[in-house]
Amino acid sequence: MTSIAKPPVRHPGLPRNSLGLTTRDYEGAMSTLCAGCGHDSVTAAIVQAFWELAVPPHRAAKMSGIGCSSKTTAYFMKGSHGFNSVHGRMPSVTSGANAANRDLTYIGISGDGDSLSIGLGQMCHAIRRSVRMLYVIENNGVYGLTKGQFSASSDIGSTSKRGEANVQPPIDPCLLALTLGATFVARGFSGDKAQLVPIIKAGLKHNGFALIDVISPCVSFNDHEGSTKSYKYTREHEVEVSAADFVPLRREIVAPNSPEATMTVTMHDGSSVRFRKTHDSYDPTDRDAAYQHVRNCTVRGEVATGLLFLREDENDMHAMSRTVPTPLVDLPFESLCPGASALDALMDEFR
Amino acid sequence: MRPTDVTDPHHYHKVVDCQYACPAHTNVPEYLRLIAQGRYSDSYMLNRESNVFPGILGRTCDRPCEPACRRGRVDGKPVAICRLKRVAADLRDDITDRLPKAPSEKNGKRLALVGAGPASLTVANDLMPLGYDVTIFEKYDKAGGLMRFNIPAFRLPAAVLDDETNYIIDMGVSVRFGTSVTSMKALLAEGYDAVFVGSGAPKGKELDLPGRHNGNAKDVIHIGIEWLGSVHFGHIEKIEPRVLIIGVGNTAMDCCRSAKRLGATDVKVVARRSRPHFKASPWELEDAEEEKVEIVENHAPRTFIHENGKLVGMEFERLEWSEVGGKPTSAVVGTVTIPCDSVILAIGQDNAFPWIERDIGIEFDQWGMPAVDKTTMQSTHPEVFFGGDAAWGPQNIIWAVEHGHQAAVSIHQFCQGLSVADRQPFGMNLVSAKLGMHAWSYNNDYNPSPRSKMQHEELVKRFSGIGVEVELGFTPEQTATEVERCLNCDIETHFASKLCIECDACVDVCPVSCLTIAPPADNEASLRTRLTAPAENLTQDVYVSDALPQTKRVMVKDEDICLHCGLCAERCPTAAWDMRKFELVIPYAFAETRPMVAAV
Ligand SMILES: Cc1cc2nc3c(=O)[nH]c(=O)nc-3n(C[C@H](O)[C@H](O)[C@H](O)COP(=O)(O)OP(=O)(O)OC[C@H]3O[C@@H](n4cnc5c(N)ncnc54)[C@H](O)[C@@H]3O)c2cc1C
Ligand SMILES: Cc1ncc(C[n+]2csc(CCOP(=O)(O)OP(=O)(O)O)c2C)c(N)n1
Ligand code: SF4
Ligand code: SF4
Ligand code: SF4
Ligand SMILES: [Mg+2]
Repeated sequence: MTSIAKPPVRHPGLPRNSLGLTTRDYEGAMSTLCAGCGHDSVTAAIVQAFWELAVPPHRAAKMSGIGCSSKTTAYFMKGSHGFNSVHGRMPSVTSGANAANRDLTYIGISGDGDSLSIGLGQMCHAIRRSVRMLYVIENNGVYGLTKGQFSASSDIGSTSKRGEANVQPPIDPCLLALTLGATFVARGFSGDKAQLVPIIKAGLKHNGFALIDVISPCVSFNDHEGSTKSYKYTREHEVEVSAADFVPLRREIVAPNSPEATMTVTMHDGSSVRFRKTHDSYDPTDRDAAYQHVRNCTVRGEVATGLLFLREDENDMHAMSRTVPTPLVDLPFESLCPGASALDALMDEFR
Repeated sequence: MRPTDVTDPHHYHKVVDCQYACPAHTNVPEYLRLIAQGRYSDSYMLNRESNVFPGILGRTCDRPCEPACRRGRVDGKPVAICRLKRVAADLRDDITDRLPKAPSEKNGKRLALVGAGPASLTVANDLMPLGYDVTIFEKYDKAGGLMRFNIPAFRLPAAVLDDETNYIIDMGVSVRFGTSVTSMKALLAEGYDAVFVGSGAPKGKELDLPGRHNGNAKDVIHIGIEWLGSVHFGHIEKIEPRVLIIGVGNTAMDCCRSAKRLGATDVKVVARRSRPHFKASPWELEDAEEEKVEIVENHAPRTFIHENGKLVGMEFERLEWSEVGGKPTSAVVGTVTIPCDSVILAIGQDNAFPWIERDIGIEFDQWGMPAVDKTTMQSTHPEVFFGGDAAWGPQNIIWAVEHGHQAAVSIHQFCQGLSVADRQPFGMNLVSAKLGMHAWSYNNDYNPSPRSKMQHEELVKRFSGIGVEVELGFTPEQTATEVERCLNCDIETHFASKLCIECDACVDVCPVSCLTIAPPADNEASLRTRLTAPAENLTQDVYVSDALPQTKRVMVKDEDICLHCGLCAERCPTAAWDMRKFELVIPYAFAETRPMVAAV
């Protein structure tokens, strides 16, 4: 909580995007999170990414559940649609919203508690369905909002603020998503926006379910010595296994001349993600290899970050369900509700 | 790049734009807060310490603080600093018992000050409390110098001048009114321990063009500052209907508006150059134009035209200006005659020291100006010091005051047998403004109100007498709003790098994108280009911290448009950022006997 609202003044040199907006136009209400919470940095990265992509705020929908992380949808893009659902239910609410209007850009914000405990089943099925959305887990290894209980992402041996060690094995959302068939899997760190912003942009452009697990330290309950989700621990153990640049459609794509560049994945709207080589053998389009790599890092006590896996050529929920391409809100009433006789005819088909 | 040394007062002093720009380093933000709290007398006393004449300056100061004010860079209009100073002066209680006093026991040193203008009066103000025996010699019968004889009463009422000059004189200064010093040699022979020359730049510049002395010229062609003096003394009570003022500086502005009050109906101010190059301040031009004075640009005077022994007009060349090799160059594009009955020449002032013998050790240059040390105000004669307009030509009141302070320091050193070059540097106090969780000792919220507009006396009433004050002062509502426009630049963002955990909270919250955590840079120029928002204002410093503990990057702050909102400090989980109140400790001559006004 801060004492005043952010003054409505901006730096005169602040650049404008193609809509004529500055990053200030992508902000929301003042954050009420603890000073120094990693979640506020993720918010800032989201603001930056949406601004860079020049998404009109009113064409986006912010979805969330319950938790400090889930509160953050209030802190960006005050001009966007939003739904703050029951604890752990954000995935199904987003599935419904997306089914009704596929033209909006969906961003779901969740926590390790919201997604990996109460909402685990919900998240798994959103992945299976390949709901076209960016799903951000602000992962701090604790239930921040309820004062720091271990969550399902806490590592074995990681200690609570009062000193007890966690004994249950953690769920790694990236490994889980890879096994469930997710087509975009990434991990970032709230303290590294240079890495995070391009990944968010790519995720927003992905044709399917995009997961970003963001290590986002809880300064109040999980930033002490002995924590494996603190600023210091993450900085010391982070290993960038793949480095991705997002290349928007409008920028002319020049052939990669740097020896670093290994491969380019073209997104469905023509923009692209360009991978720079960080690890000799890493192939971010090979699901099994990605799984193995992340797993190896974990075994070595490293935190694998970067855009870990990306496939752009698979079907999303609408393609699988063969739904009508027009958002329901734009359909003429007659086709949306064709009347009792049409219903009868349909029912007849099932007799 | 080396980390910024914030233990040197310079960095934080420069952040307080107004105070840094003020020649006397008035503590503006603190006095504005005192006004906000209704503590007008405290505000007045704080002002008085550095600028000595708050009531006078609150009406007349050239206000270099305002163009410098950070608020101007934020929403285009600076805080109305000067007129808020007047509020403190107008609403103060009787503060006579808070004024510095001369000790009953004198220190045995005698000083002679020439002229009773702001420069000499400041020297007296600073040295009387130290026990000096001070004598001022003044040609006229009142104190104040040009502030009294030239600045018209509709801008500066006599009562304000009386109050503030008497505060000093009443400490026991002996003033010999009506006494011109006619020989420096004789003055020095009187055995003073030091002499201060504050005699101003009393000679108005002549314009010797054809016709200058023809016909009725002697009665209708005037030299600006002399004419204003005559008006002040009541020797001149009216002027012809059509008046041309030549020149467009401060004097021209006072001449044209005075002429309007003495019966002129058609007043034109004629300038050689175009508006952006005028010496007069924009607000002076506005005030003159409000009184229907016409400003004529790009006209160079050529001849005075007389008919039948009477001045009937002036011929001008019309000029067109262009840049040639980086230098402004004019071309004549025609001539015009502007009819008039009277002309006032307001093209500048010269110094004149006919009373200083050239063989007594005071060196003068080829233009008749004394050689004066820029820091110590000492001439080449060790006992003789100069200040105000007498030192380097016409400036303004606040510079005269600052010269007075510096000369007082030198004279005190000199009279104690110490080196005048041995001067105390600036000091500082830096105290946390934190009162509790997100509670500060100042109002950190941003007030979006536009600058308050000064109310003026209506035109008819204004012209009913030369002494009717035009500016009415701010209303209580205007004052309350205007003080809150101040951004509290003296509440500094102070950073302790060893506490930073690099969570980015401050960087993310800063409304004006001042902060960046950046890799260390080799040089400032490259650093300035890779910040959250580019630091393009090179007149403003960039703060660079020590290496941060976790990644060895550095915290960088562009001081340019920081709002001092304190959000960085509120969002910082480790209190690496703190808001600290900066107080510049200025080494006055009197500082050893009088503590700083405690401003809590
Ligand atoms: C028309 C006009 C308007 C101005 N308006 C402003 C304004 O709005 N704001 C601003 O900041 N500045 C203004 N100025 C400038 C300002 O008045 C001067 O810069 C300032 O007064 C200089 O102070 P001083 O102490 O050096 O000398 P002065 O004020 O000139 O005082 C010198 C004194 O010395 C006396 N004196 C001179 N020679 C002798 C001698 N031989 N023996 C005894 N006494 C002597 C004079 O009579 C005079 O009283 C204005 C100037 C003019 C001419
Ligand atoms: C149905 C239900 N069960 C339990 C809670 C209590 N509760 C609120 S937030 C929360 C955990 C939040 O943890 P996480 O999603 O990691 O968010 P964080 O605060 O750590 O960002 C819990 C258990 C609740 N609000 N609703
Ligand atoms: S409790 Fe933890 S997660 Fe919640 S706002 Fe505070 S620091 Fe952030
Ligand atoms: S905002 Fe206030 S403190 Fe800052 S320069 Fe302006 S008057 Fe001075
Ligand atoms: S006080 Fe801090 S947050 Fe506010 S403008 Fe200045 S640097 Fe930015
Ligand atoms: Mg959590």
